[in-house]
Amino acid sequence: MSTVDVKQVVLDIIADVAPDEDLSTLKSSDALREQLDLDSMDFLDIVMELRKRHKVEVPSEDYSHLASLDSCVAYLTPKFA
Amino acid sequence: MANNYDAIIVGAGMSGLAAGIRLAMFNKKVVILEQHTIAGGLNSYYSRRIKSTKEIIHFDVGLHALTNFAKRGERGKPLTKLLKQLRFAYTDFNLKEQSHSVIKFASAELKFSNDFDLLRSEVAAVFPTEIDNFDKFVKHVLDYNELDLSASYIPSRSVLEKFFYEPLLREMIIAPLLIYGSAWENDMDFSQFVIMFKALYCEGFSRPVGGVRTIISLLEERFISLGGELRYRSSVENILTTPNKKVAGVRLKKGEELFSNKIFSSVGLPETMSLTENDDSPADIGNLSFTESILVTKDKSFLKDNDATIVFYNKSDEYLYQKSASYADLSSAVFCMPDNYDRDDLTGKGHIRVTNMANFSLWDDLEREDYLVEKNKILADAIELSGNLLNHSIEPIFTDIFTPKTVKKYTRHFNGTVYGSTTKLKDGLTEVDGLYIIGTDQGFLGIVGAILSGISMANLHGLMEVR
Repeated sequence: MSTVDVKQVVLDIIADVAPDEDLSTLKSSDALREQLDLDSMDFLDIVMELRKRHKVEVPSEDYSHLASLDSCVAYLTPKFA
Repeated sequence: MANNYDAIIVGAGMSGLAAGIRLAMFNKKVVILEQHTIAGGLNSYYSRRIKSTKEIIHFDVGLHALTNFAKRGERGKPLTKLLKQLRFAYTDFNLKEQSHSVIKFASAELKFSNDFDLLRSEVAAVFPTEIDNFDKFVKHVLDYNELDLSASYIPSRSVLEKFFYEPLLREMIIAPLLIYGSAWENDMDFSQFVIMFKALYCEGFSRPVGGVRTIISLLEERFISLGGELRYRSSVENILTTPNKKVAGVRLKKGEELFSNKIFSSVGLPETMSLTENDDSPADIGNLSFTESILVTKDKSFLKDNDATIVFYNKSDEYLYQKSASYADLSSAVFCMPDNYDRDDLTGKGHIRVTNMANFSLWDDLEREDYLVEKNKILADAIELSGNLLNHSIEPIFTDIFTPKTVKKYTRHFNGTVYGSTTKLKDGLTEVDGLYIIGTDQGFLGIVGAILSGISMANLHGLMEVR
C-alpha cells in the first residue's frame, strides 16, 4: 500500500470515529488532537479499527506515533507492506 | 464451544447495553443476560391501559430528565463522547430541552435552565452578597479533576462552607445534586458533586421524544446488529469462580452454565459479590430509596401557569436527604412535568411525576393488603402536594406508584436503593480477577453516566487488554 493509500485508510477511520469533524482542512504535519476533538477514547477507536479492518496491530507503547497524519503514515506504511 | 464467550454482561440496563455495544463492535463474542423481559434496568419503561378510556399509555419507570445536555457537536461533553463511542448521530436521541427548573425552599426560589447564566443571575438577585463567592465556587468546580480515579472522599458540604456564608444558598445548591444521584445520606463525595453540578447546572436537562424507550431501543438494536446476543428471562443465580479467585462463568436460574473469563456486572457491588461463591467482604448497602407517584390528568390545563419542567421542593430552609422515618417523607419532593420539555404542544393528557424519599424496610415488612393501602395513601399525598404546588386542583384519570420494593424487584438492589452502594469502584475492579462492576456502583450517574460507565469499563477491561 502506498503512503497515499495509508493516509486515506487513517482518514476513513477518523471520519467514522469522529463523524462531526471537518477533515478537509486537516494539516497532515500538525497534531490531530490540536485540530480535532479527539480524546484518548477516540485514539483507542482508531487503534481498534486498524486491527479490525486491516489486521494491523498498534501496541500501546507506540500510540505516540499516531500523533499527526504524517507520523501515522510513516509508522503504519511498513505495517501495510 | 457454544457456551463460551469473550465476555458475559449481567443486566441489560444502560451500562450493560453500552458495554455490550463496545465489545461487539470490535468482534468480541458477548452475551447480555437480563432477568426481565424488557431492557433498561432501573431506567426502563412499561405500558398501562386507562380503564375509563381503554387507551394504552407508555410510561418511563424513573426518568425525569436526561442530564448532561449538550448541543450538537459541542466538544468535550459527556453526551458528545457517548454518541461518538457508540457511533450514534446526535439526532438519533431526538432530545427536547427543558423550559427551566426551580429549586423552591420555604424562603427562597432559584431558577436554572440549560443556559448557566440564568442560575447565575438568580443567585445574584436572591443572594446579592454571595455572587462573588458563587463565581469563585464555579471556577473551583470547573477546575476540579473529578475523574481522578485515585481521589479520596471529600465531603461536599465542607467545600460549600468554605465558599458561602449563607446556609440557605448552600442547601439550595446541593439539594438537587443529592436527590438526583447521591448514594450517601445528607452529603456526597465532592468529585461526585462536581460531576452532578456540571450535569445539572452547567449542561442541563433534556428528554428524548418517546421517553427512555427511544434510547433503550437504539442501544438494543445496535447491540444486536453488531452480532451481540441478548437473552431475556435469564436470571443469574451464581457467578462461578475458580479456587484462585478468577471468574469462570455464570450459572443461570434455569440451570444452564455459560463460560467466560470476563464478566461485567451491572447489578450493584454488594449484589454482585453475593452472587460469587466467596463473598467474604460485603460492601456497604445504601439506605436511600424513593417512592415515585405518576399522575395522568385528562388535559394539560394545570400547565398554563406552571411552565417549569422540574421543581425541587423543600418545605423548610434546611434540606434533609436521608432515609425517611415514615413510608414517604412529604417535607420535600421532586416534581417533574414532562410535558414542559416541549411546550409547543399543550394538547392531550397531562403528566406529573412526584418523587419522595422513602424507607425500604417499612415497605418490605407490609403484608400485601396493607402494602396496597399504604401505596394509595402516598398517592393521595402526592396528588395533594401537586395541587398545592401547582395551585391548581389535580384530578388524575390514571395513577401509579413505585415503592422501594418495586425498585428491588426490578433491579435486584438490596434495600431497593436507586443510587446503589456507598462503596463505589471507580476502576471497576473487584477482588475477583476478571469480574468488573459497571453502572451505578462504578460511580457514574444518570443515564449518560451509566452509558459512559459501560463504555469506559468495556474499553479498559475488555478492549485494551494485552493480547
